[in-house]
Amino acid sequence: MSVADSNNEGFTGTDAHAVNGKLPGADAHYDLVVVGAGPAGLAAALEAAANGASVLLVDEHPVSAAQMGNDVPYWFGGRMTGAVAAKARMIEQVFMAEPLFEQAFDAGIEVQLGVYAWGLWRNRANLGALPEAMLGLADEERSWTVGFKAIVLATGARDLALAFDGWAQPGVMGAQGLHALLTRYDAFAGRRLVVLGSGDLALDTAQLALDKGLEVAALVEVADAPQGDAAKAAALQAAGVPIRCASVIRGAPSGIDGVRAAVIGPVSGEGPGETLECDTICMAVGVVPAIELLDVAGGRIVTDSARGGHVPQALAGMALPDVFIAGDCAGLGHGREAAAAQGRAAARQALGLDAPALDHEAQAADRLAYRQAWLRALVAATPDTVHVCQCEEVSRADLLGVQPPQYLARPEKLGCRSLETLLHDGPPDQEQIKRLTRACMGACQARRCREQVGMLLAMGANLPIDQAPRAGWRAPVRPLALKVLADWDEAEAMREGWDVWFGIPTQWTPYRDIGTEREAMHREALGGNMHL
Amino acid sequence: MTKSANGASVIVIGAGVTGLSAAWWLARSGVDVIVLDKGVVGWEASSRNGGGASHYQSPLFDEEQRLWPMMDELLGYPTEYQRERVIIAVSERQLHHYHYIAGMCGDMGYQVDKIDAQQAREMVPLAGDNCLGGIHLRFGGHANPQRTVQAYAWATQDLGGRIIQHCPALRIETSAGRATGVVTPQGTLSCDALVVAAGPQISGLMAPLGVDVPLAAARAEMIVTEPAPLMRWGGVDGNGLYGRQTLRGNLAYGGGPHEWLDTDPAGPTARPSTPLARNLARRVAELLPGAAHLNVIRSWSGIIENTPDGRPIIDRLTHPENVTIATMSGVGFGLSPASGHAIRDLVIDGQVSFAEIDKLALSRFADLAPDWRSQRGWEALASAA
Ligand SMILES: Cc1cc2nc3c(=O)[nH]c(=O)nc-3n(C[C@H](O)[C@H](O)[C@H](O)COP(=O)(O)OP(=O)(O)OC[C@H]3O[C@@H](n4cnc5c(N)ncnc54)[C@H](O)[C@@H]3O)c2cc1C
Ligand SMILES: Cc1cc2nc3c(=O)[nH]c(=O)nc-3n(C[C@H](O)[C@H](O)[C@H](O)COP(=O)(O)OP(=O)(O)OC[C@H]3O[C@@H](n4cnc5c(N)ncnc54)[C@H](O)[C@@H]3O)c2cc1C
Repeated sequence: MSVADSNNEGFTGTDAHAVNGKLPGADAHYDLVVVGAGPAGLAAALEAAANGASVLLVDEHPVSAAQMGNDVPYWFGGRMTGAVAAKARMIEQVFMAEPLFEQAFDAGIEVQLGVYAWGLWRNRANLGALPEAMLGLADEERSWTVGFKAIVLATGARDLALAFDGWAQPGVMGAQGLHALLTRYDAFAGRRLVVLGSGDLALDTAQLALDKGLEVAALVEVADAPQGDAAKAAALQAAGVPIRCASVIRGAPSGIDGVRAAVIGPVSGEGPGETLECDTICMAVGVVPAIELLDVAGGRIVTDSARGGHVPQALAGMALPDVFIAGDCAGLGHGREAAAAQGRAAARQALGLDAPALDHEAQAADRLAYRQAWLRALVAATPDTVHVCQCEEVSRADLLGVQPPQYLARPEKLGCRSLETLLHDGPPDQEQIKRLTRACMGACQARRCREQVGMLLAMGANLPIDQAPRAGWRAPVRPLALKVLADWDEAEAMREGWDVWFGIPTQWTPYRDIGTEREAMHREALGGNMHL
Repeated sequence: MTKSANGASVIVIGAGVTGLSAAWWLARSGVDVIVLDKGVVGWEASSRNGGGASHYQSPLFDEEQRLWPMMDELLGYPTEYQRERVIIAVSERQLHHYHYIAGMCGDMGYQVDKIDAQQAREMVPLAGDNCLGGIHLRFGGHANPQRTVQAYAWATQDLGGRIIQHCPALRIETSAGRATGVVTPQGTLSCDALVVAAGPQISGLMAPLGVDVPLAAARAEMIVTEPAPLMRWGGVDGNGLYGRQTLRGNLAYGGGPHEWLDTDPAGPTARPSTPLARNLARRVAELLPGAAHLNVIRSWSGIIENTPDGRPIIDRLTHPENVTIATMSGVGFGLSPASGHAIRDLVIDGQVSFAEIDKLALSRFADLAPDWRSQRGWEALASAA
């Protein structure tokens, strides 16, 4: 085989190792698939079923104890009881906790609880290999795919986490985590809480805790006055729950079972701290729209402070062809009723029925400013050795210093590098900085750190907070074990055409053998594979 | 050689691993160099790859082998380079194939030990009962792509080189048979010599100069797990996979079918991954059953440059004679310490001092059929929007 021959001869017009025709279609098909069984998703599924569509409704709850331990999908802070380990029992519990599930069954909706949606794919720029658009699903045992005529993402919101001294221990958790453990799982292991924040989220969280017979030691607010609804605040105060304004948490002393107290003090940094006995510190400063699936499907994500930070560019309704969004994931601040209304409208749009116009009234809330005020106060109250990324143990100092992880040596020259020097090259890029520092690279898939890392980088770069860089989501958007994610029932075409690299026959020929008889021999033996 | 705000002695288009290594080598020789990139350093394939560095087929390999163990020190920043590679088989066919590779490498003077199943399981604690043995490459290795790319960039800056990010080269200006400058949205930068190392975008940049660089872009995918206990050899693969265990412990693996793409002169707008993650997960679980319970936490894809024969093009042109083009055809990370050296030699001396690379010249494609992509089945799928 001569060099010239390898240019123009012996080709068949097909590449056996290209992806063409190798990715199988979905394992099952529905008219409408709905992800998320909160108010929005349930309403969407019921509306679609009422209009004769075949509907699959999936929700990840109850998630496994292992996911909870990783703070997936909410910040559970290790405060779940042992009951969550019994998944079958928990499925019953979660089912019973939501009366609409019964109705959904009666309407003929296929309801799958304890099922994670981990990927959403459609052909788009630089991807034409899919036989159809598909959603990836998994339980604790296996993964599979479903196809659809349309899909409604009603994925709600996740917790916003901000670091402080002692935050990486059992008992420090988020409002969504607490809400789920109390209302869906009935499996909360704490008794006495300090709630961080005083907006409606924090007020609702504290009220919920009281309603469930828990004690609330105090709400802590960095601003000078409570932020949420005055009547809700008054009701809490009437119940004997103080709201400590102009205050910030300075630390969380630990006992044998995690948090045993919260130390709070004035935001000014002056004055002695005050110790509030508690077993749980619930951060209720904010929640963040759960945009994972839309992001991995190629939906456009923008920054909108009023709607909750990084949100779909689209409002509730169609976000991509055949992909619809509804409820908190499309933008915060509407509550259950509005989420359900959006769900119904999205389902009707998805089925091509006439849909009521949705009220997209702009909100005044500057959520990012509020989060930033909290972050500033926490940064001032917290040593920069505190890890902002728990999984990878990256401190705030190392993040802003753009230093490598602890297991690597730090040669002298690295000491001269930092975010500041990196900024000479251009605006901060979270993807770049995360790969250098490893912040946001851990097992929780950056649920506990992506927002604060973005905000810290923006603040470090003197950028307005709405220009905070964003790290994209990547499938699987829930951590899934190799053996669960694995396709154990692979299509023949995939197995046959698999190659470790491109299978270009001439690529691996040793240079000295190019154009010799030995080249033909290697090609014969290796068939274009580097190693199979 | 003057240092001016409006140009440099040498401009390198593309801050991938190839362009950055070239810039670093040039800066080491005292050349005033500017590297331009449309994005941030290493943004394309160079930071998304498997980090493998065992490309025994290349004429640059000996130089690569010489340099890698010194790179942390030479650059002044960590690359996470680790030596050697262990390739294990879970089928007889794979084992047979690996043994052939062992023989081929042995013939070239690179030591490869055949290992039996017992030895393989001792060397690779995560391997399972299904392991049939394999080969131990006493050469090659792997490194961390992003860290390495950044190390080249910082080292170049430490030597006075300049890196301009978010600055696409729109056009190359020529005069009297020489490249004289690069047009960018931020103005025109002048140069005495030019290196074009823009990955798949090389073709689009060179075509207006009448230079046809046959390249086809394709997308390939990888997955990564949460950390596993560190193994003595992180460079473990086989079973249709390439990849490594990172120093943090994560298992990062790729392989399997690629998707051919059209090339957008402005660069890719998206790098989607697909359900192929499931096929990768299966092969990792088979390769390392001891890790099958570990969570996959990310997947990603990257876009790869390919020449018609899968071999690099590293060539200083005759027309314009001050332009050097460099593309590594899908195996550019591992060879980067040496590819940069070769480019430096071509730019400064007009010939490579340490290896014979004539067979990597662009001229080998002079009689390439115009429909070479369709001949090979390398055309983009129509369903990609
Ligand atoms: C503590 C607290 C108190 C509140 N009090 C009130 C109140 O009093 N009144 C009020 O109107 N509103 C209240 N809210 C807000 C209200 O709960 C939300 O507005 C509402 O639940 C939004 O509905 P949704 O359907 O959009 O999302 P959610 O109810 O959050 O439901 C989304 C569901 O989708 C699931 N999901 C997400 N991604 C995936 C995936 N990839 N795979 C599988 N499943 C997935 C989630 O786990 C979740 O179960 C409160 C919220 C909290 C946290
Ligand atoms: C998933 C995957 C796994 C791989 N595994 C390995 C492996 O294990 N070992 C190995 O050796 N190789 C591997 N590779 C291949 C390797 O990554 C590439 O060969 C190598 O990175 C190519 O480097 P480059 O600098 O030549 O090109 P690129 O990395 O493509 O860099 C080109 C740069 O030019 C810039 N650019 C493009 N157009 C312009 C313009 N007009 N103006 C300015 N800048 C421009 C781009 O932004 C880019 O940064 C892998 C690749 C992928 C995607």
